[in-house]
Amino acid sequence: MSTATATPPAKESSRSYQSYAHPWWRRTLLTREFAIIGLLVVVYLYSMINVANFDSPLTPYYLFLDIAPILLIALPMTMVMVTGEIDLSVASVVGLSSVLVGVLHRDANMSIPTAALVAILIGAVCGALNGYLVAYVGLPSLAVTIGSMALYRGIAQGLLGTEAVTDFPKKWTDLAKDRIFGDGSSFPMILIPFLILLVLSVWLLHYSTAGRGIFEIGLNKEAAHFTGVNVELTKFWLFIFAGAVSALAGVFYTLRFGSARGDNATGLELQVIAAVVLGGVSVFGGRGAYHGVIAGVVLIGVISSAMRLEGQTVNVINIVIGVLLVLSVISTSFLAWVSRWLHSRSGGTGPTSPLRRAVAEGN
Amino acid sequence: MPSQTVVPVLELRDVAKSFGAVVALRSGSLVVERGSIHALVGENGAGKSTLVKVVAGVHRRDSGVFKFVGDDVDFSSTAASKAAGIAVIYQEPTLFPDLSVAENIFMGRQPLLAGRRIDYGRMYAEAEALFTRLGVQVDPRRPARGLSIADQQVIEIAKAISLDATLLVMDEPTAALSGVEVDRLFAIARQLRDEGRGLVFISHRFDEVFDLCDTITVMRDGAYISTVKTEETTVNEIVAKMVGREVAELFPKVAAEIGEVVLEVEGLTSAGVFHDVSFNVRAGEIVGLAGLVGAGRSEIARAVFGVDGYDAGAVRLGGQPIKPRNPRSAIRAGVAFVPEDRRKQGLVIDDSVARNIASVIRNGLTKVGVLTSSAENKAAGPWAAKLEVKTGALDMHAATMSGGNQQKVVIAKWLATNPRLLIIDEPTRGIDVGTKSEVHRLLSDLAGQGMAILMISSELPEVLGMADRVLVVCEGRITADIDRDDATAEAVMHAATRNSSTTPATPSSSEIPA
Amino acid sequence: MSNENTIIHPSRASGLTRTLSNLLRSREIAVAAVIVVIVVLTTLKSHGFVFSSDGWRNLLVTPSLLIVLAVGQAAVIITRNVDLSVGSTLGLTAYLVGKVFIANPGMPAFMAFVIGLAFGAALGLINGVLVAFGRVPAMVITLGTLYIYRGVFLSWAGSNRVNASDFPSGFNSLGTNSLIGIPVLTIIALILMAVVGYYLRTARSGRELYAIGSDPDAAHLYGLPVTRRVLVAFVLSGALAGLAGVIYAARYGTVSSGAGSGMELQAVGAAVIGGVAIAGGVGTVWGAALGALLLVTINQALPIVGISDFWQKAVVGALIIGAIVLDRILAARQERALIAARDRARLDTPTTVKAGSPA
Repeated sequence: MSTATATPPAKESSRSYQSYAHPWWRRTLLTREFAIIGLLVVVYLYSMINVANFDSPLTPYYLFLDIAPILLIALPMTMVMVTGEIDLSVASVVGLSSVLVGVLHRDANMSIPTAALVAILIGAVCGALNGYLVAYVGLPSLAVTIGSMALYRGIAQGLLGTEAVTDFPKKWTDLAKDRIFGDGSSFPMILIPFLILLVLSVWLLHYSTAGRGIFEIGLNKEAAHFTGVNVELTKFWLFIFAGAVSALAGVFYTLRFGSARGDNATGLELQVIAAVVLGGVSVFGGRGAYHGVIAGVVLIGVISSAMRLEGQTVNVINIVIGVLLVLSVISTSFLAWVSRWLHSRSGGTGPTSPLRRAVAEGN
Repeated sequence: MPSQTVVPVLELRDVAKSFGAVVALRSGSLVVERGSIHALVGENGAGKSTLVKVVAGVHRRDSGVFKFVGDDVDFSSTAASKAAGIAVIYQEPTLFPDLSVAENIFMGRQPLLAGRRIDYGRMYAEAEALFTRLGVQVDPRRPARGLSIADQQVIEIAKAISLDATLLVMDEPTAALSGVEVDRLFAIARQLRDEGRGLVFISHRFDEVFDLCDTITVMRDGAYISTVKTEETTVNEIVAKMVGREVAELFPKVAAEIGEVVLEVEGLTSAGVFHDVSFNVRAGEIVGLAGLVGAGRSEIARAVFGVDGYDAGAVRLGGQPIKPRNPRSAIRAGVAFVPEDRRKQGLVIDDSVARNIASVIRNGLTKVGVLTSSAENKAAGPWAAKLEVKTGALDMHAATMSGGNQQKVVIAKWLATNPRLLIIDEPTRGIDVGTKSEVHRLLSDLAGQGMAILMISSELPEVLGMADRVLVVCEGRITADIDRDDATAEAVMHAATRNSSTTPATPSSSEIPA
Repeated sequence: MSNENTIIHPSRASGLTRTLSNLLRSREIAVAAVIVVIVVLTTLKSHGFVFSSDGWRNLLVTPSLLIVLAVGQAAVIITRNVDLSVGSTLGLTAYLVGKVFIANPGMPAFMAFVIGLAFGAALGLINGVLVAFGRVPAMVITLGTLYIYRGVFLSWAGSNRVNASDFPSGFNSLGTNSLIGIPVLTIIALILMAVVGYYLRTARSGRELYAIGSDPDAAHLYGLPVTRRVLVAFVLSGALAGLAGVIYAARYGTVSSGAGSGMELQAVGAAVIGGVAIAGGVGTVWGAALGALLLVTINQALPIVGISDFWQKAVVGALIIGAIVLDRILAARQERALIAARDRARLDTPTTVKAGSPA
């Protein structure tokens, strides 16, 4: 052990600190996450009151079935984005996994669980390729995952062409659609694996040392390295996680619709990213929390459900999602601008980046 | 010599600037004549940077007189000040790495052919002419990426000349330069002065200030103190005005009992960076690593800690080898590393004080794998208190704190790991005098408690005052191992430059003398 | 004063040698070479690929759409942004033009281009305002407008579509006519490429786009009108996407609600392959155009070579990844060489120091 007595002597420290600058309610409630949660509550209540049939127990059931893939993939996507990276290939992995389940079941006579396991493994491999190129080769994740998105989707389409595999055992397709507490209740079975993954993800990101490392990577990669965080390995594993969960979502997707096609889930990645960003995760990294993200996904689902029940087309729903996304990002900027303006009323330029800050502060 | 006009190039009187509640500049004054190199000195926090930002157009002043070549001005943007003829060269050169050198110089003002087309031929030719005039040879076509800091500065100066700047402000230009490059810079500065321009030279290095500048203005606590002609004053006088009070014993070195060897470095080599570096550090010892900027000291330290790799050699802590390229293994062995660049390497500036302080020890704070904020706060609080970090609450972001407090947070973070060896790179760079002495006292105490300390510093007085032994690094090699009693400024500079032709008659000091 | 050389000496090569050597090492030439190789190999397999009237025309016309999109995307990426809404803009504009023709059958064909340009520019302006003034990442904003524009398009069109018969014959013939052997649409694409490329190379404001992408903070500090330039880049991208919509309508005649879907990512991919770095500051529109040409040519060549065109996407994906990996390797190698040269020269020159003595 060290000969230095580096324990803080109690007698010296006359100084004690408040743990928090603001009271708990201000810390928790005045956040982006709660703004989204609040919006969700408002929209939900409004829909319950004003939209016909919204209060039927079927509504949440179909809602969850629809958003389940997004809910699942949002979990690893959040962590990837907190490190400042992005993964556009998730939907392609969903498609690839779907095709693999179909092909393995039909042509190799594998049972569904085995095929699913293989698909998830392949999904992890896809994620590992992404992770290797981003973390170890050092390539920008936007470019890499645009490429791998095409690659994985291409493999999926190459394997099945325009065919579809639709012959799945009823036992499994039913399971995908079963409800937890028996018929008539509102929660599909898929929520069970989701909740397990959610607990795991919340612990990992918010309550573990690895999670602190993830935030540090997004805030300041170099400082994280200097503190002993293994930046490359962390990113690598996060991409693997994303690939594996996307594949799991693909299995569910296939069983739920009873159809494996090469173009399944096209465009899903954008929905996931939109929901995650809506939920308060910053594209620049270093910021985000799961309660916001889940609220973001559910909000989009609720809006879609409500509008569908009102007879609106998917298209209008898309417009609403797009507007929400734009507004949510603008609002952060706007709020930041307002606070900068309040702080420097003389109109000095508020530095926003390390270089400009360093130059402005004369360090 | 100044020609027909007597109007000063720059005249600032009683300029004030606040950012909300923070008064950055109370009363700044500066009068720069034509054909003069004017030094602006003061500690960090004295207001020099804010003054320069006002001149550059980055900020608009709240009040006071601002005249440029006799006319009242009020710049609302950097473009406006540039157009008027003011050029500022910041410490960190701000070039566009993907564009060619010539384009960097002429961006936005490229020479045109008929039809508003850029005349590339003329642009390259004019860039070459500028470089010839400056006495350097740089290929104007090459991209700016990969140029040394010194070359980047030359390009910034070329930019300033091509703007035909009447006033040129240089903020700590020699911080990253070696001897030859400093000479070149000074020659250029004198040339520009002789052409009748005004220069402002901000620096902490008094030998350079006295060498180059004809006038010195001192600032303190956001206000103007005095202006004197260089030939009429001495370093001690300037320091006294800068500090304005009795400087308490700056380097309280407590004699510590030196114990067994803690760190052994043997034959450490990294191609092109350092070669065959071997030294020891014992418990209770403060070993100073001195040398010119760029000699390789930080690189050696980073290699020992494992952030950088090395090609040959070995590092052992308490007899146990430390794996190369593996900061985690060094941390586990008991090494702590406070890096040179606080903002980019030492801290996560947008994270809370508590999280920063707990960041290395957090693995030990988990219960059943769960880590909570309250555990972090409980661990971080006492350490912040011990170092007397000034902050409102533990969840305030490090970005809200002063440089000195930020440095304390970094040190607290590492002390919390109970290290056997502390490597600290530039312990007091960019810190006010008060906090400086606190840090020195702390290092002294730690050594007294038996910690081994490896201290890198470019401030000669700091090295001479704090170290038990001084290792001098020159171009990647250790050229001297001097005991405290034999360590003098000349001996160190001698070994740092490894050139027997430089034997100054009078003692030279680089910074505030002890 | 000692007249020290800095490390990198001015090139002693003559102008011509320098140009030639730069050219040969450029990404653009490499991509062009790959295109030539692919075309040659495919033609060997099936002469009709190039040497039939249909083949030649297809080879040139089909890429024209992606070329136009890639050129606009390149301008945006160079400023270190990205525009994901161009596919939706393309579709919406194509549909709009069709509807206008339906309402005004007598309208001259060239007006379609004017409308396309103006409408696309307006959509691009929305993006530009949000990105430039909002200081939010372009990826997210254009993701939002991708949704919004597509949603507007889908709501408007529903399951309807615009057919070739809704367009005047003069307009449709643009899709099939050729001028001196080169299809009209290709000529249009090449002209657009030349104009934008020229602008980026020879206009001061064009060069500022590179500066902004190379180091946005330095650009701000330098005093460049960053907001204005970024705005212009997005307007340009939108306008070109609008024009691409018109080209789409002329080429395919039928515009249904899926038009342009997914093309934004192809445009980004084309630019990246052509040497436009995602980080900004690097690349040319010729490179982006060549990247687009490469992608489309491969798509057309694959079936002939015997690879089912279901594998197209996979090839595209592999190419994109290959291109950025290559970029990285080359950049790392260049940086190592530069640093080695610098250190070698520094070790050669002796360091002397004047220890300045104070008064």
